[in-house]
Amino acid sequence: MSEQHPPTGDTSGRPARAHGSTPGPTGRTRLDSYVDRYAARTQGMTASEIRALFSVASRPEVVSLAGGMPNISGLPLDVVADSLDELVRNRGTVAMQYGPGQGDPHLRGQICEVMRLEGIEAHPDDVVVTVGSQQAVDLVTRIFCDPGDVVICEAPSYVGALGVFKAYQCDVVHVEMDSDGLVPSALRDAIAHVQAAGRRIKFVYTIPNYHNPAGVTLSAARRPEILEICREADVLVLEDNPYGLLGFDEEPHRALRADEADGVIYLGSFSKTFAPGFRVGWALAPHAVREKLVLAQESATLCPPAFSQLAVSAYLDDHDWLGQVKEFREMYRERRDAMIDALDDMMPAAARWNVPTGGFYVWLTLPPGLDAKAMLPRAVTNRVAFVPGTAFFADGFGSQSMRLSYCYPTPERIREGVRRLVGVIEEEIELRHTFGTGLAATPVPALRRNDGYDAPGSDLT
Amino acid sequence: MTSSQPPVDSPRPVEQLETPLRVVVLAGGLSHERDVSLRSGRRVAEALRETGAEVDVRDVDADLLRRLGEDPPDCVVPLLHGETGEDGAVREVLELVGLPYVGARPDACRAAFDKPVAKAVVSRAGIRTPAGVTLPHETFRELGAAAVMEAIIASVGLPLMVKPARGGSALGCTAVLDASALASAMVNAFAYGDTAMVEQMVLGTEVAVPVVDEGNGATALPVVSIEPDAGVYDYAARYTAGSTEFRVPAKLSDELAAECARVAVLAHETLGLRDLSRSDLIIDDEGAVWFLEVNVAPGMTETSTVPLSVTAAGLDLGGLFAGLVHRAVHRAAHRSG
Repeated sequence: MSEQHPPTGDTSGRPARAHGSTPGPTGRTRLDSYVDRYAARTQGMTASEIRALFSVASRPEVVSLAGGMPNISGLPLDVVADSLDELVRNRGTVAMQYGPGQGDPHLRGQICEVMRLEGIEAHPDDVVVTVGSQQAVDLVTRIFCDPGDVVICEAPSYVGALGVFKAYQCDVVHVEMDSDGLVPSALRDAIAHVQAAGRRIKFVYTIPNYHNPAGVTLSAARRPEILEICREADVLVLEDNPYGLLGFDEEPHRALRADEADGVIYLGSFSKTFAPGFRVGWALAPHAVREKLVLAQESATLCPPAFSQLAVSAYLDDHDWLGQVKEFREMYRERRDAMIDALDDMMPAAARWNVPTGGFYVWLTLPPGLDAKAMLPRAVTNRVAFVPGTAFFADGFGSQSMRLSYCYPTPERIREGVRRLVGVIEEEIELRHTFGTGLAATPVPALRRNDGYDAPGSDLT
Repeated sequence: MTSSQPPVDSPRPVEQLETPLRVVVLAGGLSHERDVSLRSGRRVAEALRETGAEVDVRDVDADLLRRLGEDPPDCVVPLLHGETGEDGAVREVLELVGLPYVGARPDACRAAFDKPVAKAVVSRAGIRTPAGVTLPHETFRELGAAAVMEAIIASVGLPLMVKPARGGSALGCTAVLDASALASAMVNAFAYGDTAMVEQMVLGTEVAVPVVDEGNGATALPVVSIEPDAGVYDYAARYTAGSTEFRVPAKLSDELAAECARVAVLAHETLGLRDLSRSDLIIDDEGAVWFLEVNVAPGMTETSTVPLSVTAAGLDLGGLFAGLVHRAVHRAAHRSG
């Protein structure tokens, strides 16, 4: 046995290293020299054990029902390759140059054609191209929201949008959905409640079609009612529609924006209809809003990537892109069927889920007393992953639910994933049974932190 | 001990070792701590490269043995945390294929990774450890959870710490201040494994003490004290830079620092560990040092305590690991020779 290695004492003379700050003269360090300088909006940007568990989900042994990556294996890569080759050879100096902050004019015209499929008549001047529709959510929030402003979201809502609202320090108020989407009476009540409290609602954020994560679609009957409620209350609608063309057995639904030009900002994306790697989405906004969005876009990125825009534009021009979307739909429908069949066959009777008519996701609610977030470590041990429902709420709700995605794994893997998940649920039921009921009401600090960063990154399959 | 027909090509004989050393850092794996392991692996790989070593970082997967067999490195540095990484299983396989590696042997890892076993072993050597019990979830089911929990509280008292018997990064760990919170803490621990340890919670200053053996016997590096802002050194406090204040060397009397070092070195030696370990201790208000657990593959991330202590000792992380790699290579050569 030997003695303690002598400390060198004052280490403050050493320069800061790449791995963080070194201790000062007192030996104290927080390993982050800037800890007292971050903006208030970074509060909650902390390491998350839930997020860390998704690192395991990326391994092939794990059936990931947690990701949201579109399956683009069916894309005609030779067509895209030829198109890109031609783009670089013939228009390379334009494609690799700065472009307009509002986006490429020709692409904006094509975007209007895409939106016509959902009943929208729009002019290219009112379209702003963005870096995915995610950036459109960011830009709209940037120009509308001050800290403390209220944004109304569905319950549950898209985790990526909740992250934006959190970053701009908005207060999110969730409104109930049912199998027909946003519940009009609940929306009316929520608006009245917030306004009666003297709070300012900046917009209602909604995903009307094949909702992420809930999988439901706003019924045609409710659409005018939702618009009317917002019109009466003078509340803007932010309509986010990345999945609108991915319905399995139906024509595209008529967009909210198709019947309300002034009160709706519409967001669209090529990430699911073509490929997410180009990062091309858009916002369609009333002209005054559009002016501000362009200025905001210029300060954020100068301009959306010209190369990506021209690549998408060439694909739309040269290829039967809508035919490709139909192929995607068939592939996703087969996977939806595999998921629903497996759930029907194996899931305990007390669990509940919806049957999506398009898109990527099933929302599953566990038997009473179970907590999806607390169950995730056990699921990872059993080589299956999902996203706990709490990720889709700004207020800690959703613990009894989870999002299951069927977009990426094959039908066989989906079935195997559900089989493993059922095993996890049964073990959890037994454990809860052993330790008695009412556990859900007792907080477990390590697992109950809800900092809004409990969802996987965008690169999880 | 070498097999007569090693399943991989033998590593270079030690006398043929030229610089640069060729090292494979193992990081990732399928445990709950995969993400932490990847960070540890990246950092150590970078530090080793700065010493001139050629370093590959590899995950533990079905391809690993084939690749190690086709192109055997001079040495493997396992930085796998959690199951299969720290329980000795991967090291057992490295022994099988005859590759030198840094760190403790498989049997020592098995004992050290299992917290109740490690506590029992070190307490026989006179080290103070919190009283506690270790039970699989079946026991609660078969005997009735309420009665077992009542017996635990009657015997061990409150406050309590509940932990999975195996695993790190504070995953599944909960402090129980009130008897009514014990059930959910048990459920939390059982989410990470089938066996849970319930122990007396010792209040005091949490410290980490790395122990290294560079060939001259096990030596403790400077003690690091840990003060999380949130009061609890949980996952977020461990891996969010800025959320915990560390002091290295810890502000302790010379006697207390020496006692921490003695306990860590004694734990390292009693458990038969090798090369490098980190003991997690608590100093109570009376100045008594309690052993909580020891890590055979301690975290090497940007927010981990061992690299902090290494720097405070005037050492360089890459240099330390290069030395341990050399030692492992020579050890293997000596053994096979």
